[in-house]
Amino acid sequence: MRKVTLNQGILKYFLLSILIVSLSSTYAQESEAEESAESTEAAIPGADPAEGKDLFNSLCAACHKPYKDGVGPALHGVTDHRDMEWLYKWIANSQDLIASGDPEAVEIYNEWNKVSMNAFPQLSEEDIDNIISYVEQPKPEPKKKTADTATASADGGGSSGVSNEVIIGALAFILLMLAVILYLVNKTLRKFAAANGVELDIDKNKEARKPIWVAFAENQFLILVTVGVMLIVVTWFGYGALMNIGIDKGYEPIQPIHYSHRIHAGDNQIECKYCHSSARTSKQSGIPSLNACMNCHQQIGEVAEETATEEYSKEFYDEEILKLYDAAGWDPSSQSYTGETKPVKWVRIHNLPDFAYFNHSQHVSVGQIDCQTCHGPVEEMEIMYQDAPLTMGWCIECHRETNVKMEGNEYYEKIHEELAKKYGVEKVTAAQMGAIECGKCHY
Amino acid sequence: MSSEKKYWKSEAQLKGTDPALKSLEENEFVEHIPTDEFLGDKEKLEDSKTTRRDFLKYVGFSTAAASLAACEGPVIKSIPYVVQPDRLVPGVADYYATTIANGYDFASVLVKTREGRPIKIDNNTSAKEFTAGKARVHASVLDLYDIKRLQNPQIEGRDATWSEFDEKVGIELKLASEKKIVLLTQTFASPSVDRLINEFKEKYPNTEQIVYDSVSEEAALKAFQSKHGYKALPNYDFSQADTIVSVGADFLGDWQGGGFDASYARGREPQNGKMSRHVQFEANMTLSGGNADKRVATKPSMQKQVLVEIYNQVVSRAGSTDLNKKTQKAVDAAVKSLKKGGSQSVVVTGIQDEGAQRMALEINAALSSTIIDTDNARMIRQGENSKVDNLIKEMQSGQVGVLMTAGINPLYSLPNADAFSEAMENVDATIAFSMKMDETAKQAKYVAATPHFLESWGDVQLTKNTFSLVQPTIQPLFDTRQFEACLLNFVAESTDYYGFIKETFAKKFDGLKWNQSLHDGTFTYEDAQNINATDAMPSAFNASAAARQLTAGSGEGLELTLYTKTAMGDGQQANNPWLQEMPDPITRTSWDNYITVAKSDAESLGLKNYNVDDGALNGDYVNITLGDVSLEKVPAFIQPGQAPGSIGLALGYGKTESIQEEMQVGINAFKLYKDFQSTQDVSLTKTNGIHEFACVQLHHTMMGRRDIVKETTLEIFNTSDKDAWNKTPQVSLNHKETDVTSPDVNLWEEFDRDIGHHFNLSIDLNSCTGCGACVIACHSENNVPVVGKHEVRKSRDMHWLRIDRYYSSEDTLQGDYDKKNDMSGLSESISQFDELEEPSETDVQVIFQPVMCQHCNHAPCETVCPVAATAHSRQGQNHMTYNRCVGTRYCANNCPYKVRRFNWFQYSQDDEFDYHMNNDLGRMVLNPDVTVRSRGVMEKCSLCIQKTQKTILDAKRDGRVIEDGEFHTACSAACDKGAMVFGDVNDKESKVLEKSEDDRMYHLLEYLGTKPNVMYQTKVRNTTEA
Repeated sequence: MRKVTLNQGILKYFLLSILIVSLSSTYAQESEAEESAESTEAAIPGADPAEGKDLFNSLCAACHKPYKDGVGPALHGVTDHRDMEWLYKWIANSQDLIASGDPEAVEIYNEWNKVSMNAFPQLSEEDIDNIISYVEQPKPEPKKKTADTATASADGGGSSGVSNEVIIGALAFILLMLAVILYLVNKTLRKFAAANGVELDIDKNKEARKPIWVAFAENQFLILVTVGVMLIVVTWFGYGALMNIGIDKGYEPIQPIHYSHRIHAGDNQIECKYCHSSARTSKQSGIPSLNACMNCHQQIGEVAEETATEEYSKEFYDEEILKLYDAAGWDPSSQSYTGETKPVKWVRIHNLPDFAYFNHSQHVSVGQIDCQTCHGPVEEMEIMYQDAPLTMGWCIECHRETNVKMEGNEYYEKIHEELAKKYGVEKVTAAQMGAIECGKCHY
Repeated sequence: MSSEKKYWKSEAQLKGTDPALKSLEENEFVEHIPTDEFLGDKEKLEDSKTTRRDFLKYVGFSTAAASLAACEGPVIKSIPYVVQPDRLVPGVADYYATTIANGYDFASVLVKTREGRPIKIDNNTSAKEFTAGKARVHASVLDLYDIKRLQNPQIEGRDATWSEFDEKVGIELKLASEKKIVLLTQTFASPSVDRLINEFKEKYPNTEQIVYDSVSEEAALKAFQSKHGYKALPNYDFSQADTIVSVGADFLGDWQGGGFDASYARGREPQNGKMSRHVQFEANMTLSGGNADKRVATKPSMQKQVLVEIYNQVVSRAGSTDLNKKTQKAVDAAVKSLKKGGSQSVVVTGIQDEGAQRMALEINAALSSTIIDTDNARMIRQGENSKVDNLIKEMQSGQVGVLMTAGINPLYSLPNADAFSEAMENVDATIAFSMKMDETAKQAKYVAATPHFLESWGDVQLTKNTFSLVQPTIQPLFDTRQFEACLLNFVAESTDYYGFIKETFAKKFDGLKWNQSLHDGTFTYEDAQNINATDAMPSAFNASAAARQLTAGSGEGLELTLYTKTAMGDGQQANNPWLQEMPDPITRTSWDNYITVAKSDAESLGLKNYNVDDGALNGDYVNITLGDVSLEKVPAFIQPGQAPGSIGLALGYGKTESIQEEMQVGINAFKLYKDFQSTQDVSLTKTNGIHEFACVQLHHTMMGRRDIVKETTLEIFNTSDKDAWNKTPQVSLNHKETDVTSPDVNLWEEFDRDIGHHFNLSIDLNSCTGCGACVIACHSENNVPVVGKHEVRKSRDMHWLRIDRYYSSEDTLQGDYDKKNDMSGLSESISQFDELEEPSETDVQVIFQPVMCQHCNHAPCETVCPVAATAHSRQGQNHMTYNRCVGTRYCANNCPYKVRRFNWFQYSQDDEFDYHMNNDLGRMVLNPDVTVRSRGVMEKCSLCIQKTQKTILDAKRDGRVIEDGEFHTACSAACDKGAMVFGDVNDKESKVLEKSEDDRMYHLLEYLGTKPNVMYQTKVRNTTEA
């Protein structure tokens, strides 16, 4: 029984490891909860850092970061070397202060490459107090445990996937063990029986009874029905499978940079065509060039706490932004481009065959169709996937049902009048305009 | 009893004596099958661990694995820009104006670029002349992606860097201070290059520049200089011409730089009952001869006499001539026409003789011709080829220290290339500025890899007052540097040639804006400083001396006229598969050059052309001998209209260096270009062997049928009713003759086409000169594959657009019609039909007819397609859906116009078809908006649906109505003659609607009732003799 003992040992280790994983994830959740409670202690008495945060985000965050240099200097600790009166003046109108010859003001102006700061005369002293109290909050400690899970998920492509696999693996292992044990027990018992001279009567019974498969084989009607059913099933699924060849609905490849449409198009409500600008004028919607990303990400070096989800932590996202910096050749520490770029090789998701011509601008600018009509709820997609089947039937169906947006378009004026008369309808569908003719898409 | 009969294959078998035969009979295979080599070695066989079963298992597994793996789609990567260029939108084409100036072709062009790569050359419509309506110019974009291009500089046959090149050549230049530095260059016709070379000469005073044109126009240049004091060629505007007389000048081809066809075509449209009359005296059948109203086959020696005779009659008597009666009559008539036309008349000549060229100038002066323009003369030929022989002598004697060749390939294009090659050995440093490792570059010590014109900067002086700018449309693909930048580097240690031409521009063109001029590509600037007037003052003309020289020739023996082909020119673009496959407009033969010989001469020499079973053309070989030079095994092509006693041979073929094997075709005729004279007295002998031509047209005549080409004369056109010369065919409807165009005779229900666009294409047979620019434009726009010579021979050419050429069997096509109509009786008609089939020997009229898919409203192809792959559209285009096509080819069988092309093979990425589509570089020229068709599908002209759809989309996006003239097909856009007009007939303002209502309009094979959307305009010839 040596073997069995050994297996039991392995099982023990396994159970232990599962326990550890589940414990650690509970611990991580706890620590996150702990840290999310912000310290509300204000640096300036009477000021409200929460209000200051709102103001900071709306007015200052474009150039300043609390703990890091951006376009302007990091603001944390500003009260250590500047008094509040000076700060009020500076923030209200920095150019006036420089012009007045204030040595501190001139010095900082020169130090920061003579980039003048916007004037904020609308801010009251109280507002400025709030802002300063916000930036003077101590820097939150980095969260160790979440960082661990983040790297784990980055490696494995999603933590839930890992634990599922582990569970399934463990279950499979347990079943295997049970089978082995059963077999061993059976064998041992037989040996005992043989040794004790007990004769088993199983073998005799077997001969007497007709095996079920022989009975089945002798029943021709049953065979006929079974074969018929099998044929139908195979044809049905086979046809379905064959029809699905080349249709990649749901195709969700892992991209070199984890770009989340949920954050950009969903949370931040950035218009699709802000980045995919060529969709307006070109046949291709275009994958944005990296300089388009850097328009914003030059300032946004890290994501907000709220952006992180259970699945993807803030650190994970910040790491991805660093990948962008690496690709675009941006050095965040010196705030300058190194010139060493590494173009990103995205995995293309929506692939039409070469013989099908599709033009984005026709649909986006002329047809005024929402991007979501074909691309699905992109604003909810953490990882982009293909939502529509992109088959010809799917195209044609839409062309049959969709009315052409003709109002206010001079091109359509005459043609609409004539077509409306011909078909006796007020609205004209794309198909009636000729959009289901073969050569409109195949040439 | 049949079994008693004995059958035998040979005598030996019958007798049964030969033991070898016996053993042959017993063995299944003639040779021993070497099975023992692997089965006999038992030890080895048993050693092997792979049993037959294992082997089958492996096969089974790999097949299953391969099919499983194939179910998974490939992962496609997309790599966006890191920093996207400002104005570049992926998927939207940008256009740049630039200029081709390769020493042979000069034209202002518009370059279409997609994602930064040039994919098509279009005509620069804002230019008044040199608008690019040439096949070679349209094909030049493919030269950019030539895999045979040099990719970096070379020193003594090894790869080098530019800094090394600069350093070493710099030393060579210094070392040559005691000797001469010679710049042997193409015609640049560039103000900046002139300035640069002058600066170079200042720094290296021992420099001499010699301009060399591979095809010389030196006689005309000298004649012009002697009359006007500066080196140039007269310009012509044929649009207002009343009478044009050409003596051996193929001015619709490459004569004096070409590009006269656009203005010529404008003068050929009968407007208000008037059009120009064109008389052509020529030996070879050329495009000009094909378009002429009266063509007189005249061999070169006779042409000289003709010119003298015209001079005699128009200006003053210069000398006696000896013309035969027929030619004399033609000359008299031509002179009468000239005089009638007065200042609207013009005489041009292609005789390579200074006296002859001067004579033509004097005749035009005497006529006070306004057609010739000597004020705004052409600068695009500057060659002083006669200096080359002297240069060879200097090189041989070691006087030349450095020889730089730029844009030329003398070791290929010189008649005495061997002497030049030997002389190069005696030059200390030879530097070739070349795009390719050609014959000259191969022998040079230093080779500077130069960029294509689409990667270069430059400025060009096309005529005295017309300038054009060259701008790059792509970053250099390879490590190349243009000649001018290298020279600038030697002068000023800077390679900023862009700055240099801007400086020239600022200095020279006062008041012009650089950006605007660069945007337009071309501009005019009138200034006396535009030319380098030499001190040689205009000299008087000694007509009688010139005449004596011209009439001195014996006229005995065979006279060879060397010519350049529409497709190949001087041979610079020989590695361009589009041009190789483009059929010659006259002979309809591609992938070759050959001698063209008159039927009577062919008979006396015993030369034959015949069609073999699959329709391909075969012919005999000849040897040509000129003095001690002889060309062996030149194929002979019997050419209707060739002047008896003369033969023709095209230059530009027979290249062997830096050219793909597939493109190494033809014979190098430059060897016969002795003293740069295009006419030579040669002798011919028939030799062994049969040559296989790749000729795409079997029928040379129309046998009097009027349903394909309609032709009439100006007189009939002006005086008679339409029915007399362009009668609509009639069919019997309820026993009543009814016009086939009547709606009652429709076999099918008519589609409703009043709504939206309905495209029509009108082709005017009067303005079409057959130049073939449309053929190449179509190739380039529609990704038409190149199939190679052998496939062309099997009639598997893929041209969506062909230009049919028909000869008449009588003097005129009208003669053919009359002969056919007058036939009676079976025996007579059989013999006469045979005669009609043969083109007439000399007095032959030619007609060019571009034919593409006719886009029938009642299309016969559509009804027979079993899978509905070809279908009808409301816009008048007949659609062809490649992904639906299963390749039954029923449609091609049912097409009366034979315009459908079947993809017999996979032509892209296939080593069997090693042309541009088989390499990454060449595929960059493909139009991303058009599918590259695969094997087994039918394809055809789509009326450039990708272009019409784009125009519609642009208008929709802007929310505006489409103006007439916005719609274009590739062919109509390429035709600067205005022969092709494309547009929407539902647009009441459109030009094409006007054309469709013209009296001259007819449809091809109209009686079939196919109702095509392509229409033709009846050809009118001005046969009115003054």
